Amino acid sequence: MANKKNKVIELQNAVVRFAGDSGDGMQLTGNLFLDSTAIVGNDFATFPDYPAEIRAPQGTISGVSGFQINFGDKNIHTSGDLANVLVAMNPASLKANMNWITNDAIIIVDTDAFTEKNLEKAGYETNPLMDGSLSGHLVVDAPITSMTRDAVKDLQLDNKSAQKSKNMFALGMVLYMFNRTYDNTIKFFEQKFKTKPLVIEANKRVLIAGYNFADTIEAFASTFKVEPAPLQKGLYRNVTGNLATAWGFLAASERSGLNLFLGSYPITPASEILQEIAKHKQFSAIAFQAEDEIAGIVSTIGASFAGAMAITTTSGPGLSLKSEAIGLAVMTELPIVIVDVQRGGPSTGLPTKSEQSDLMQALYGRNGEAPVIVLAANSAADCFYAAYEASKLAIEHMTPVILLTDGSLANGSEVFLIPEVASLPEITPPVVEANDPDYKPYKRDKKTLARRWAIPGTEGLRHRIGGLEKEDVTGEVTYDPLNHEKMVKLRQEKVERVADYIPKLTVTGEDEGDLLIVGWGGTYGVLLTAIEELREEGKKVSLVHFKHIMPLPKNTEKVLSKFKRILVCENNMGQFINYLKMNFPKQNYLQYNKVQGLPFKVAELKEKINSLLNE
Amino acid sequence: MEKVIKTPELKLTKKDFESDAMVKWCPGCGDHAILKAVENVFPVLGIPKEKFVVVSGIGCSSRFPYYMNTYGVHGIHGRAAALATGIKLTNPDLSVWMISGDGDSMAIGGNHFIHVVRRNPDINLLMFNNKIYGLTKGQFSPTTPKGAKTKTSPQGTFEAPFNPGELVMGAHGKFFARVVDTNIKMMTQVFEEAAGHKGTSVVEILANCVIFNNKIHALITSRETKEENQLFLEAGKPMIFGKERDKGIVLRGTKLEVVKIGENGITEKDILVHDPTTEDSGIHTMLASMMPPEFPAALGVIRSVKSETFEKAIWNTVEREKKESKLKSVDDLLRTGNTWIKE
Repeated sequence: MANKKNKVIELQNAVVRFAGDSGDGMQLTGNLFLDSTAIVGNDFATFPDYPAEIRAPQGTISGVSGFQINFGDKNIHTSGDLANVLVAMNPASLKANMNWITNDAIIIVDTDAFTEKNLEKAGYETNPLMDGSLSGHLVVDAPITSMTRDAVKDLQLDNKSAQKSKNMFALGMVLYMFNRTYDNTIKFFEQKFKTKPLVIEANKRVLIAGYNFADTIEAFASTFKVEPAPLQKGLYRNVTGNLATAWGFLAASERSGLNLFLGSYPITPASEILQEIAKHKQFSAIAFQAEDEIAGIVSTIGASFAGAMAITTTSGPGLSLKSEAIGLAVMTELPIVIVDVQRGGPSTGLPTKSEQSDLMQALYGRNGEAPVIVLAANSAADCFYAAYEASKLAIEHMTPVILLTDGSLANGSEVFLIPEVASLPEITPPVVEANDPDYKPYKRDKKTLARRWAIPGTEGLRHRIGGLEKEDVTGEVTYDPLNHEKMVKLRQEKVERVADYIPKLTVTGEDEGDLLIVGWGGTYGVLLTAIEELREEGKKVSLVHFKHIMPLPKNTEKVLSKFKRILVCENNMGQFINYLKMNFPKQNYLQYNKVQGLPFKVAELKEKINSLLNE
Repeated sequence: MEKVIKTPELKLTKKDFESDAMVKWCPGCGDHAILKAVENVFPVLGIPKEKFVVVSGIGCSSRFPYYMNTYGVHGIHGRAAALATGIKLTNPDLSVWMISGDGDSMAIGGNHFIHVVRRNPDINLLMFNNKIYGLTKGQFSPTTPKGAKTKTSPQGTFEAPFNPGELVMGAHGKFFARVVDTNIKMMTQVFEEAAGHKGTSVVEILANCVIFNNKIHALITSRETKEENQLFLEAGKPMIFGKERDKGIVLRGTKLEVVKIGENGITEKDILVHDPTTEDSGIHTMLASMMPPEFPAALGVIRSVKSETFEKAIWNTVEREKKESKLKSVDDLLRTGNTWIKE
């Protein structure tokens, strides 16, 4: 392929954002670019940014759909603060993304879409391509729509079909820009549209036309290259957080020898987990789409009673609805996992945006003293391991576990080193053998305090459990005051003892010093990037990031106590900092919060940390 | 009627199912008789005792699982249908019994009730309808007659009640029966039929709350009036009732009507013959709707239609997918789609 004439600039990383109308196929375009990124061997992370409405009015800001990818020659932990390259398929997608690009970003626009009508829909009074407002940027004017039509002219498609593949024109241009080949993308067309040769041909022609156009017009003074990242040896793939979550559960089901049962109700941004599990009946995984959130979790409790590895998935409002039933699982001491893919709240809030504001609800949002294990996945790929660990802890400790992920992890994707399922830790369900003369429903394991699991259908173990308070050991219903207090304490201690079965915290940077940055859950990538960059710049700052929230790792206090100041960064008003203050009141805490439905930017974190270091 | 194949060597008795928990329903409560009837039925179904699971929600009726020596879950208010569904889907081999009341199944659990009926898992749903909230001490329920004075309706209720049978029909239910708590023999017979039916079998039990709604079903159940007000339906038999067995039900135009045999030229041949197996639920709905004083209350199995169960449909698909899928393990799954090797 002829792109030798330009200068090639080597970059450490680049952020590309594809933006268009929600019907323009920007997610597919982004994913195809991602595939080519994987082949090159870069590390990467992505984030889709799409409207809550399925088909918002065409051409308007609210209808803009975007896909951002950050790829580099080193480890990449975030999808990038600001884009270096923006593809804007219409005026609205340009306007919507002006705050999300660097000051010197390259902007590829479809000039055909900058009509008076579209400019008006986007709320532009003058044409930004003409009025000088884009100065500082390299704007690549490309009549994408008309050239797409030309490329497929003799295929005799109707006007609408002829324009459909215009996203591939843009992709062709970006592939050229980064010195990539298009062979693999064409292979994708051939597989995807196997039975539609005309569609294959149209997409192929348009893709190549875009590639050649970029070459011919010499739009880019130079092209770019990002070298492969020094990733660990092995087999890789791309995963979104929701996909990784679903697969983590399937792996835990296989490894535990228990069939997977998912009782769930569709809710953004958690539905993909339900959709994924529903595909895998070959593993005896049952996905039950219930009539509401409550039936979702209660069927899960039923399945757990009957001996399944039982899980339910939801997002914030759904977790609220499940509260009473989580209490039932606490009382019956049955293993279930509740996944809460957090989104902006309260109420319906920001369904497609991300937040970390369900932490207190996860920890305490139930009547009575109702402790559960709470875990928070750290990254899209980590969702696999978090789901696996949540299952293991639930089963082996006979307790509900709440696994918190969030909208950014759920839909964002990153590189995933594929493990062998056999290499994952063993899961040992505490199932009681038939006719065990020693069996009592609430007799506990001495170490874990977990009761044992007597599965219906097993001879000699008939018993009743339920939401009423149970007598210690026998499980008979009793309102005895001292027994109640004893059981409350036993349930609490059972969860606290899980601290013996989870890893200790590890610190990035020095183990002691002036400033420790603390985060939990989905902010890991951006916090780590900020800390790595600051440390490269010679700053003394350390990071500790929590995946285990209840119970906290055993060395938490020890780690915190080695620093003069602790900055807790969260996408909420300060829920984790208050939890830490409650548990370890002696430390000197500071907080940094962002509640905009958006992840932190590396730059703003660095600015905040620098200001503290300079104090 | 499809019956579970009996294995005589099991030889279970009532004793096998009596738990040692003290039964704490009020003396004179209809629930005692229902418990007796269930204890009659479980030993004769040919099912090993460890395969029974009794689940419930909240309410007086929902204490039931504690009184049966089986596997059992006493759940939360209104959600027993979801518990039962999760259990049955996980292990279709279990005989799942759901015990509920009119508050539990018609109010807080109304949504779950219609959906479990619609999905048709093979569970037996016994709904104790005493038309009142008993455990919370006397508030009206969704089946309380309009205008009835209760603790929360001191001037009488302002709302029309549900008829559970109509909800079952509306949700395309496949089995609906009605019995009275005053007739253990009738309950035993109908529960056995419900157990034999593959699919969700809803049995409405007209139950008496001796404390908060005493004699609410008296027209149907009292010694003096029951024969005039009970129509016990049997498949293939004409719908005849009354002390003298001289009254019957006919279909006139689009409506049911009570007629007297021997009057106006009516003979037994004119009387409607019960067929619980018709897919069309039109007549079944009309039968379920009949109430005294205009009509007798229809008792017995009103509707029993064969249909594939929810769990069977799902597990058949599991078996097929196991054979047909290229994915034999999660390792295979993790390696689907685009993967690349880093040397």
